[in-house]
Amino acid sequence: MSPPAAPAAPPRRVAFAPDRGMRVLGLLVLAYLVYAASQLDLGLDRLVTGLGEGARFVARMFPPNFERWELLVEGLLESIQIAVLATVAGLVLSLPVGIMAARNIAPWWLSGPVRAFVAVCRSLHYVIVAILFVKAVGFGALAGVLALVIASVGFVAKLFAEAVEEISMKQVEAVRATGAGTIAVLLYAVLPQVASRFVGFSLYQLDSNLRNSTLVGIVGAGGIGGTLFAAFKRFDYDFVSAILIAIIGLILLAELVSGRIRAAMR
Amino acid sequence: MSATLDIRGLTKAYTPGKPVLRDLDLSIGAEGITAIIGPSGTGKSTLLRCINRLVEPTRGEIHLRGGVGGDVDMARLRGRALRLARRRIGMVFQEYNLVERLSVMENVLSGRLGYVPLWRAWLRRYPEADIERAFGLLDAVGLPEHATRRADALSGGQRQRVGIARALMQRPDLLLADEPTSSLDPRTSVEVLEMLTRLAAAEGVPVIINIHNVALAKRYARRIVGMSGGAIVFDGPPEDLRDSHLSAIYGGEDWL
Repeated sequence: MSPPAAPAAPPRRVAFAPDRGMRVLGLLVLAYLVYAASQLDLGLDRLVTGLGEGARFVARMFPPNFERWELLVEGLLESIQIAVLATVAGLVLSLPVGIMAARNIAPWWLSGPVRAFVAVCRSLHYVIVAILFVKAVGFGALAGVLALVIASVGFVAKLFAEAVEEISMKQVEAVRATGAGTIAVLLYAVLPQVASRFVGFSLYQLDSNLRNSTLVGIVGAGGIGGTLFAAFKRFDYDFVSAILIAIIGLILLAELVSGRIRAAMR
Repeated sequence: MSATLDIRGLTKAYTPGKPVLRDLDLSIGAEGITAIIGPSGTGKSTLLRCINRLVEPTRGEIHLRGGVGGDVDMARLRGRALRLARRRIGMVFQEYNLVERLSVMENVLSGRLGYVPLWRAWLRRYPEADIERAFGLLDAVGLPEHATRRADALSGGQRQRVGIARALMQRPDLLLADEPTSSLDPRTSVEVLEMLTRLAAAEGVPVIINIHNVALAKRYARRIVGMSGGAIVFDGPPEDLRDSHLSAIYGGEDWL
């Protein structure tokens, strides 16, 4: 669709290569979106009905009902305990796992299987893992802690391994040249280079686990999520909104605290 | 008595059939500085790194004799024996290779990692004698006030001084210096070499130094080894080094 060049003019030089592939891809994505929406019956009328129902639901959530605050606090505290325990246990595991997964430090026969293990930890959503643990070890906080430990290892160990793979090997080489053993090299050349990033991942994972620990209760793995789910089932929408406000408050508080710690570490 | 190094038939090929070092023989006996000169890519760095086994030699023998650790063939050692032999060889690097996030004192003391038990290294509970020696070395390299500063806060010249202190902290039988002044300005280069020469002489440690600057090599070395194409093409005192030799080492003559 380019205009025909004037016969006498010198050939026009192209500053930007035409990207036909991208255009075709864009059209295909657009076509799929239309197709998927029609398949799922996501028409305009469905949206209007849905929004109407939503308005009625939101109306029933107000005012929030804090009468059963003891139940609320109990659930929240359990969620916090699950999150902190899972974070600490997950971090303790992530440190060695991350180092063993780093291809510049660990030999290939070790880093390969460990990377596969981390990939398995990451592959399943933590709620699915929580369901598995509820079936395996029974209802309650233990299942939630175990599920979040797996999630933490999957996340922190992977990022930590990537951080280790980016370190300066010159520093490692220099410490190795002094006759230091493997662990001494890790302590003096590897960990100092990645320690601050590990702390950063840890704070992020604590935030993340606090959020996640509010959800594992829905599948019976302990914490405020169980309370929330029960309130939903009994149509106690005013209590639901009280729980949601409490969760939002908790997460905001956690972000505030971890932000302060991060700033103090800089 | 000081240690001697005896290299026999050393060959290193990173890719099979393309040796960087070709069947190299070299003996280093006396104290003082032996400078290795030669064009980039001729295997000077590889030679030094084969000696302390940061690089695996393909073939050959590297005998470290005398000193406190007895006679070993560096080329054959593995595992613990290799670590014990490595701590007898200090190394100074072109880009200093300090652990930047650690303090100057921690960097200097890391020269003892081959000696102290792991828990001491981890808890920073080094023996009093080591800490005293570390302070002594920091004084000797002219950085008495910098022990608690982080290594990445230092200038290039200061870092290389810490690098030298770290290497001497090992109480080495032999010191390897891989282009120790190539990242430094001319004046700092002279100061650092001056210091290296003085301290190594005081400790009675022979030094092998890779260096690009022929004038500095002639000024500080007792012996000059010229390499070209992975082999030694000149070996003698600095006075004997002629333009014809430099031409043989670096090729061409217009630059002379």
